[in-house]
Amino acid sequence: MRRVYIIGTGATPVGEHWDRSPASLAIEALTGALGSIPASRIGALYVASALSGTLHTQSQMAALIATAAGIPGVEAVTIEAGGASGGVALRQACLAVAAGAVDLAMVVGVEKVTDVLDARREAALALATDVDWEAVHGVTLTALWALLMRRYMHEYGYSADDFAPFPINAHANGVANPRAMYRFAITAEKVRNAPMVAEPLGLLDCSTAADGAAAVLIASEGLAHELCATPVRIAGSATATDTLALHSRPDPLWFQAAAHSAASALRMARLTHSDVQVFDVTDPHGIAAALALESSGFAKRGTAVALAREGAITPKGRLPLATGGGCKARGDVVGANGVYQIVELVAQLRGQAGVVQVNGARVALAQCMGGIGVTVATHILTLE
Amino acid sequence: MDLAKHWRLRHARYRLEGQRNRFTGEVRFPPAPPLPGEREDIWEPYILKGRGRVYSFSVVRQPPEGFEDQPPYLVALVRLDEGPMVTAQLTDCDLDQVAIDMPVEMVTRRLRDLGPTGLIVYGYKFRPIVS
Repeated sequence: MRRVYIIGTGATPVGEHWDRSPASLAIEALTGALGSIPASRIGALYVASALSGTLHTQSQMAALIATAAGIPGVEAVTIEAGGASGGVALRQACLAVAAGAVDLAMVVGVEKVTDVLDARREAALALATDVDWEAVHGVTLTALWALLMRRYMHEYGYSADDFAPFPINAHANGVANPRAMYRFAITAEKVRNAPMVAEPLGLLDCSTAADGAAAVLIASEGLAHELCATPVRIAGSATATDTLALHSRPDPLWFQAAAHSAASALRMARLTHSDVQVFDVTDPHGIAAALALESSGFAKRGTAVALAREGAITPKGRLPLATGGGCKARGDVVGANGVYQIVELVAQLRGQAGVVQVNGARVALAQCMGGIGVTVATHILTLE
Repeated sequence: MDLAKHWRLRHARYRLEGQRNRFTGEVRFPPAPPLPGEREDIWEPYILKGRGRVYSFSVVRQPPEGFEDQPPYLVALVRLDEGPMVTAQLTDCDLDQVAIDMPVEMVTRRLRDLGPTGLIVYGYKFRPIVS
């Protein structure tokens, strides 16, 4: 297998883009990732989109975007794995380049979710649950996270207030991200006084689904060094799955797919947990970030919330998280989140993250999740 | 309007019919097809008693399409006495009456109405056991 590198990134601002189509967003991101490289050199296009089929009522988004990019005829595949779509698409691009099938692959994550009313969007998001046994009861993804949060509080003795450091950190970091949806800081008091969305989850511990597109250009080793001065290596790449229904798992507070994909990606990179200096995980709520960190082996069970309270997840801490604002402040771009993560972490490794820069970051971990720990993709990025 | 799908699931939805392993006695819900290579007759139909305890619970205030007439409604993970866990709504109680480990029992209720040309979907919900 050949080594694989990221040589370009691009992304649109995250927000309510009522005046723009998915193709328009995707092309802006793709153009940014290409830089001065002509689109005709793309050997394969992987498009991540969780909701284009249900909300935009368009299948084969990859062919649509290939055409919009002026490269109809290229191998183009749409990847749907809920909130993990972006990471799974990146994984497919890595495999194609590593195998030698193509030298240059483009990954585009695109989501257009604000064209519909809230109830329809909630129903579309709930398709990432086991619809016959979860969604049929009116359960939403937010409600399932709330169930896990309450159980976690019960098992480990935390209050809902203890989770506030996650959205506070996300918002503090989002201020510095020009593409973030919410560029303002929040306080513990505001988090505590926010109206309830799904007890014990309040409004300021819930991400907002929004529109956006992000893209990364993947190259083989030879091409990477020819085309890019600062390529970032994808040293580890893995995906894993778990049961679709949360209730089918022996321990709902343990994400086996996160554990497996993180361990596989680290093994592939020949790195250990302590080598990772900056993180991004699927964090629509504090509980999601906590369970991802614990299941992936970066915090002992029941301790991630305490670590956050002690400041470990800030850019100056031991487990810097959501430096681009995370799902909460960047905006929750669902199937595109996994690609935005890569864009933000590449900036970290290149030392271009400004005030949220993690000093000396050379190893980053991106993990994205579909549904509640159903599909998890983990990538390890390194600066050589 | 998904008629066949809801009809197909009626035994599980209406009477909590799962499966029991003829050899180990293990009970599972919902029912599932045999694994590749597994003998067809290992799992037999088995009706669960419908009693259990609340593992965790929450309230849906931002409903998905099809549930707009219901909020706020309680949802829970219920650990059934036979072992399996299910996701369901809690009914006949308010948020402040619910607690983790509270004993509950199954009742059959309307889950949702698919409209004038569709079905009224019935299924299991859980309510506190009144002793």
